[in-house]
Amino acid sequence: MPIIEVENLSREFQVMESAGRFRRRRKAVHAVRGIDFTVEPGEAVGYIGANGAGKSTTIKMLTGVLVPSSGRVTVCGFNPVPQRKALARKIGVVFGQRSQLWWDLPLQDSYPILGAMHRMSEADWRPRFRELADQMDLGEFLSTPVRQLSLGQRMRGEVAAALLHRPELVILDEPTIGLDMISKEKLRQFLDAERRENGTTLLLTTHDMSDIQRLCQRVLVVDDGVIAYDGPLTGLVEVAGAVRTMVVDLATPVHSAALFSLPDGAVHQSIEADGIRHSVSFDPRRLSAATVLAAISSAAEVADLSLHEPDIEHLVRQLYGSARR
Amino acid sequence: MRAYWELAKSSFRRHSTYRTAAVAGAFTNSVFGLIRASLLLSAITTAGGAIGGYSAMEAATYVWLGQALLAPLGLFGNTELASRVKSGDIAVDLSRSVNLTASYWAQDLGRAAFDVLPRGLPPLIVGALVTGLAMPGSPGPYLLGFVSIVAAVSLNFLGFFAINLLSFWVLEIRGFWMLYMVVMNLLSGFLVPVTWFPGWLLDFARATPFPSMLQTPVDILAGRTDGGESLAMVGVQFLWLAVLLVIVQMMVRFGSRRLVVQGG
Repeated sequence: MPIIEVENLSREFQVMESAGRFRRRRKAVHAVRGIDFTVEPGEAVGYIGANGAGKSTTIKMLTGVLVPSSGRVTVCGFNPVPQRKALARKIGVVFGQRSQLWWDLPLQDSYPILGAMHRMSEADWRPRFRELADQMDLGEFLSTPVRQLSLGQRMRGEVAAALLHRPELVILDEPTIGLDMISKEKLRQFLDAERRENGTTLLLTTHDMSDIQRLCQRVLVVDDGVIAYDGPLTGLVEVAGAVRTMVVDLATPVHSAALFSLPDGAVHQSIEADGIRHSVSFDPRRLSAATVLAAISSAAEVADLSLHEPDIEHLVRQLYGSARR
Repeated sequence: MRAYWELAKSSFRRHSTYRTAAVAGAFTNSVFGLIRASLLLSAITTAGGAIGGYSAMEAATYVWLGQALLAPLGLFGNTELASRVKSGDIAVDLSRSVNLTASYWAQDLGRAAFDVLPRGLPPLIVGALVTGLAMPGSPGPYLLGFVSIVAAVSLNFLGFFAINLLSFWVLEIRGFWMLYMVVMNLLSGFLVPVTWFPGWLLDFARATPFPSMLQTPVDILAGRTDGGESLAMVGVQFLWLAVLLVIVQMMVRFGSRRLVVQGG
């Protein structure tokens, strides 16, 4: 039985807009328009889309804090809005921009409250808390008030809070927003291990491509309130025709792009820094990075290089641009 | 139940971290107590020794008990829920596996428990030193007074919570808040005892929950009412408690269905 079932789900908002100096007009904005998807237990699904595409609206309806305009949602066998409290014991939610911890108390004081809310006995939540604190390295700041934690520390605390009751499903809304590379990576490793060991289902929204690459086998792309793509990430890259970009710094300046004999599928994009920095985009389905590098090094000595993956906004734009044409 | 107990405890601890605020608050309550007491005392002297059954000493006691209970009873309320609706943080409250009203209520009781000593004691000490207090000598009024205080804390909480809940329907509750504060300050007997009101206003006040929010515990603690009368007044408090609880639960029920959680 699927853990999340969404059928023809829609939500519209009434927005007042000014019409003339004093009059206001009511306008319906369709944030989510008839989406369908299911998620099986143990899956890790990335829910992506541009700002305003309807991601957060969907998440709010899945967790029962927003009433759908129409359609049907079932999460862990519950109807989220009327059964919100029962559902809250089965799922863990992390809102990247909000906190479920008690702002003016030491971090460690939030967990007994959460344990009690989930009706867990001390013997039940305490060992689990120790395990989480250990895996997430919470030790050194457990006695620091939440308001004094850095964003990275707080997010680790938030994730531990969401997982304390061993939820079947964890919904994360922008969990890595604002985190540095190391904190992001730690969080991803932890979530991945949690899923592998306990079969926890993950649904996350993100703007970070690496979150998806590291964590999710399946991607749902929402654009303008409808599901634009549902499938594996590799498929998305193919559908969208995403290109990777290689940026090289040369030992000696080269002023003309024509000097490089690039293979088919690679396009010279720009010259910067007086001929030192060149960027070349290429199609990862046809060429490997090594082939492109070899072509460049045969013409000039490469001092440094970096590779840039396609970002999600770009992919979605590509996908939508091609679908609409 | 354990969750609400933990919430109350945590709220007690949260408030105990703001000791400077507690000291400043106690100081303010005491200074305003001096002003109010001197105003009432001069009015009573002008009136010839007593107004509406209050002697000078009894009026002073009424003022000091009011000043002492002001903070614990939560007579100024807070707009936490409304601001969380505004910021969208209400989403976090609603995704917890506890009853929204009960979780805020438990936290308010924890706050009140903390406020009793640091906010309640200083005005009483100042009052005892400056004007003297007319307090009962038997334990009865204190026991019933305690029950009455718990009921009054809850009534004040529910009253303000209902105003906060209006934010599920309207974006800005400030107007409602101001109106509520004015009406509540007058009818709760905070400015002058309700028995000083003209007959029509007294009848009106008694048809509202407001006297139960302050006048009742003050009268019971001061020993102005005898045992049976005090019991009946506490009974009225619990009646209002039931009424407000039903209203608040209805508001949560219908309000959260139409609530639009702000922000991404």
